[in-house]
Amino acid sequence: MTGLKIDNLTIHHQGAALARLHGHIPPGQVLTVMGPSGSGKSTLLAALIGALPPGFSTTGSVTLNGRAVMDLPTQDRRIGLLYQDDVLFPHLSVEQNLGFGLTPGIGKAERRAHIHAMLDRIGLAGLGPRDPATLSGGQRARVALARTLLAAPEALLLDEPFSRLDQALRAQIRALVFELAATLPVILVTHDAEDARAAAGPVVDAMGNTLSL
Amino acid sequence: MNRRTFGKTALSTLALMAVSSRLAFAADWQSILAEAKGQTVYWHAWGGDTKINDFIAFIGAEAKARHGVTLEHVKLASTADAVARVLAERDAGQTTGGAVDLIWINGENFAAMKAQGLLHGPFAPALPNWPLVDTMGKPATVTDFTLPTEGYESPWAMAQFVFEYDSAKLAAPPRTLHELAAWILANPGRFSYPQPPDYLGLTFLKQVLYGVLPDPALLQAPVDPASYDAATAPLWAFLDAIHPALWREAKAFPENEPALGQLLADGEIQISFAFNPGRASAEIAAGNLPDTVRTFVLEGGTIGNASFVAIPFNAAHQAGAQVIANLILDPAIQAAAQDPATLGFQTVLNLAALSPTDRARFDALDLGVATLSPADLGPVLLEPHASWMVKVGEDWVKRYGVTK
Amino acid sequence: MNVAARALGLAPWALRLGLGLPIAAGLAGTLWPALKDHGFQSLTAWPGLPRAVALSLGTGLASTLSALVITFLLIGCLGGTRGFATFRHLLSPLLALPHAAAALGLAFLIAPSGWIARALSPWATGWSDPPDLMILNDPGGLALTAGLVAKEVPFLLLMALAALPQTDAPRRAAIAASLGYGRAMGFVLTTLPPLYARLRLPVFAVLAYGMTNVDMALILGPSLPSTLAVQITAWMAAPGLDHLPTAAAGAVVQLALVGAAMALWRLVEHLTAPLIPALALRGRRGRALDAPLSTLARSLALLIALGLGTGLAGLVVWSFAGLWQFPDALPDSLTLKTWAKAAPDLTATSLTTLGIALAASLAALGLTLATLEAEARSTRPLRLEPLIYLPLILPQIAFLPGLQILALTLGAKGNAATVAAAHLVFVLPYVWLSLAPAYRAWDARIGLTAAAMGVSPARIFWHLRLPMLLAPVLTALAVGVAVSVGQYLPSLMLGGGRVETLTTEAVALASGGNRRLIGAVALMQMALPAMGFGLALALPRLAFANRRGMLAERGPA
Repeated sequence: MTGLKIDNLTIHHQGAALARLHGHIPPGQVLTVMGPSGSGKSTLLAALIGALPPGFSTTGSVTLNGRAVMDLPTQDRRIGLLYQDDVLFPHLSVEQNLGFGLTPGIGKAERRAHIHAMLDRIGLAGLGPRDPATLSGGQRARVALARTLLAAPEALLLDEPFSRLDQALRAQIRALVFELAATLPVILVTHDAEDARAAAGPVVDAMGNTLSL
Repeated sequence: MNRRTFGKTALSTLALMAVSSRLAFAADWQSILAEAKGQTVYWHAWGGDTKINDFIAFIGAEAKARHGVTLEHVKLASTADAVARVLAERDAGQTTGGAVDLIWINGENFAAMKAQGLLHGPFAPALPNWPLVDTMGKPATVTDFTLPTEGYESPWAMAQFVFEYDSAKLAAPPRTLHELAAWILANPGRFSYPQPPDYLGLTFLKQVLYGVLPDPALLQAPVDPASYDAATAPLWAFLDAIHPALWREAKAFPENEPALGQLLADGEIQISFAFNPGRASAEIAAGNLPDTVRTFVLEGGTIGNASFVAIPFNAAHQAGAQVIANLILDPAIQAAAQDPATLGFQTVLNLAALSPTDRARFDALDLGVATLSPADLGPVLLEPHASWMVKVGEDWVKRYGVTK
Repeated sequence: MNVAARALGLAPWALRLGLGLPIAAGLAGTLWPALKDHGFQSLTAWPGLPRAVALSLGTGLASTLSALVITFLLIGCLGGTRGFATFRHLLSPLLALPHAAAALGLAFLIAPSGWIARALSPWATGWSDPPDLMILNDPGGLALTAGLVAKEVPFLLLMALAALPQTDAPRRAAIAASLGYGRAMGFVLTTLPPLYARLRLPVFAVLAYGMTNVDMALILGPSLPSTLAVQITAWMAAPGLDHLPTAAAGAVVQLALVGAAMALWRLVEHLTAPLIPALALRGRRGRALDAPLSTLARSLALLIALGLGTGLAGLVVWSFAGLWQFPDALPDSLTLKTWAKAAPDLTATSLTTLGIALAASLAALGLTLATLEAEARSTRPLRLEPLIYLPLILPQIAFLPGLQILALTLGAKGNAATVAAAHLVFVLPYVWLSLAPAYRAWDARIGLTAAAMGVSPARIFWHLRLPMLLAPVLTALAVGVAVSVGQYLPSLMLGGGRVETLTTEAVALASGGNRRLIGAVALMQMALPAMGFGLALALPRLAFANRRGMLAERGPA
């Protein structure tokens, strides 16, 4: 079964269930998890990616394109992650940041080609040698997205990725994200109803209960 | 002792007697005692040996009980630290209230301080216990490395160079320098000496000089640059011969006397040496060495000297310092020092001059299983002129100071 | 209020004076003899000079580079694992171990007649007498380098952990992992560059110490010839005092060497800088490196902890030992004699040491906090870093004698107060190093929010900034205490020999080889700073047990 199949994934902390998720997200669909800050949404993403802090445990299973991922280390899960900060590495140029994300095993010239093609795609052609700190917020968000996608993930997790951007940019970047990730199952964590509407997919809260907007 | 040294000693003693008769009128011991009462005397002395530190603490207790003087032992890594301190004070214009009241000193350090006028004195012959000191029988008490003390320092212990070995591992130790060399070559890696310019290391070199020089009397005079190279050639030949068979192939040396002793205790070397005939017994009593360790001297004698205390010119508590210097010469204290359970240092006193009670203290001492009796210790070779130590030390560093 | 604010503005000047004046006076007082008495001539006449220079450079650079690489290995490969947490909890006592005690412990461990040899003899090795092997004091300085590495890794690790929160390490690690990178590769490409930039200061301090230390070199280093710093010390202590100009010239050369080494280091930094971005561009995930590097990191961590720990244990056993001969693995008998005899002296000495350490550290902390706060409130950043690095980079042997003469001229008697004042010069840089990064990285928005609510700057400092920085402040204090306890030359030279600290005791004893007493003193030397670090770790945890945001960062997942 393709896509992300989550089977009663529950995050436990000090005996209590903090968050829960259940469902099947086919490629191209965006599941939105909504709720106020601190309600455990980000913990879900951490669990999915394999970055749970000590003291937390999980029950349930997750299958991605037929592979069970909960027992795999982060490196093998093929799940991409976008934070609300772009977390671009300031000591690398834009091109090097992207190269960092690009899958290995490709020759040098081909890598350059891929990176330039991606820069074109996100509308930042020619900005390869630039220092990320000299880019605007919107540009950095696009580079971060590009970096994540260049790694050819099989699913994408978005941790409130648009909340740092101003209103005008938000819609633009949102559209770009959903366009580029159109072939992937996506989980979007947000507290902004606009994001949920634009995602046009099922909406749940941190405990997995369906919400209506 | 030969005629030359006897003559020198006689002259030194006469000079001191003349000085002391003048001093007898100049200083009233009672007034010194009164002034000293309540003072805190800072005695700067090497602190690397716990037994010595304990002994100094014991003197402190006696000083407090008898004279109301508090003694503070300032532990030094090297006597030169105290010398430097006094010099720095003098350079800064501090002529009273100095930080150093008393220094355990001899040899080069004494010569340096005396030459630079950094010492208070003469004071030693005026001490009430001075008549007990065996100046005639132990000439080293008034002649410090061929320099007459002239009362600027007071002796408190005698030292003589003895060899140490573990009789359980070595049945018959060598008795001459050449037998020692042969033994070293036959047992590589089991002998070493402290690295010059360490005091004990230089003494070993001087001991070798006594053994290889055709005319050792040369050593009592200052170094003659013209004949120096020819004179010391046999020394370097001796060292060149034994170095390849030394501990660590002479690529490293123990730092000082206690480090050498530790090598013996660890079994790394089998023959060691020390400046204190009672050290081995004291270490056995303290549980640092097995009780099979014994000492030996070379036929022909080994080097000996005295340790002194001196008072800097700007000492804050001169009276107290003098009281301490006198107290150390007290027969009870001297006997305690000679007791191997305490220190095992040789006394500077003339046993024949003591009262029967005091004499009995010494007779009652168990010198320890490893200590040679005074008769067995053999003749004492006088320290060469200080210039020999300096020059030989420098040349040793030039020749062997950098491993190839 | 205004008075306090005005006084606060003076704090940077107080700090500049407090550091600059002693250094300037000390330098002048020491360098003058070098120039006026042909010191350089006699220095070049010393045959050991080329080798000593090579040793100083070699052991310093090698030990610093190794310690840095090991630190990065530990953080990169083991960060966040349970083993790392255990090793972190071993950090405090290892840090608290003064260099001399660590060196003595290691010396007993690895010597041919040492504990390892004794444990293996005669059953494994066939030795009934110690072999004649050049392990300690080897002419190449390997034993010294090993000792330096063992002692400096915990220090660099602590500094790195303090700097790690400012590098956004957990998120970068998560991103690198989600992109498929191995833990080690991910660390190197994403977190190492900013981490190293924050570690440069401590690294230079380590380099300077590695090149100019006297205590470890005396115990572990070569003696034919010795390192330059040891030789300078010997010249200063030589009887007759006519080697002073040579010593002074040597100090100048040592100074130049340290400068040259740092310049070389910067050059290499520059040349290797493009390597990491180039690696990032190639995108090689380096998964295969994780397993071997992890094993390597674990082994090295274990080696260091065991080496130092067993070394110290050896000294402790010696302090209770009766007769202990080779090849016995344990003493023939145990006794309390050593401790009983040492107790009165040891207590007095420990109290003196603690008093001086607290005085110097609290003063340093006060000056540091005042200056940092003054900087925070002013608009211009202070350029204090060069002056603060100076006591770390200048060899102590270069300016302490001059300082001694200055103290005498001012009429300052040799007592605990003078020693504490001297310690301040050397404690302050470490306190600053330890505290300033965390202080400056404090989220200014919190202060801004409070100010917008009408809270005065003083209240922001006392009620917001200071409590939030409790862990770094206490750590800085503990570092200050540890540095003070381990000081040798300042205590000796400025105390007029009348002030006995645990370290002056230990070095005086080290020259006498009495392992039993050294064991007792070493234990006390370690106990004082260990308590300090223990408190620095425990108090914030207690105070903020229910504040997860206040506790230290967690490593990469």
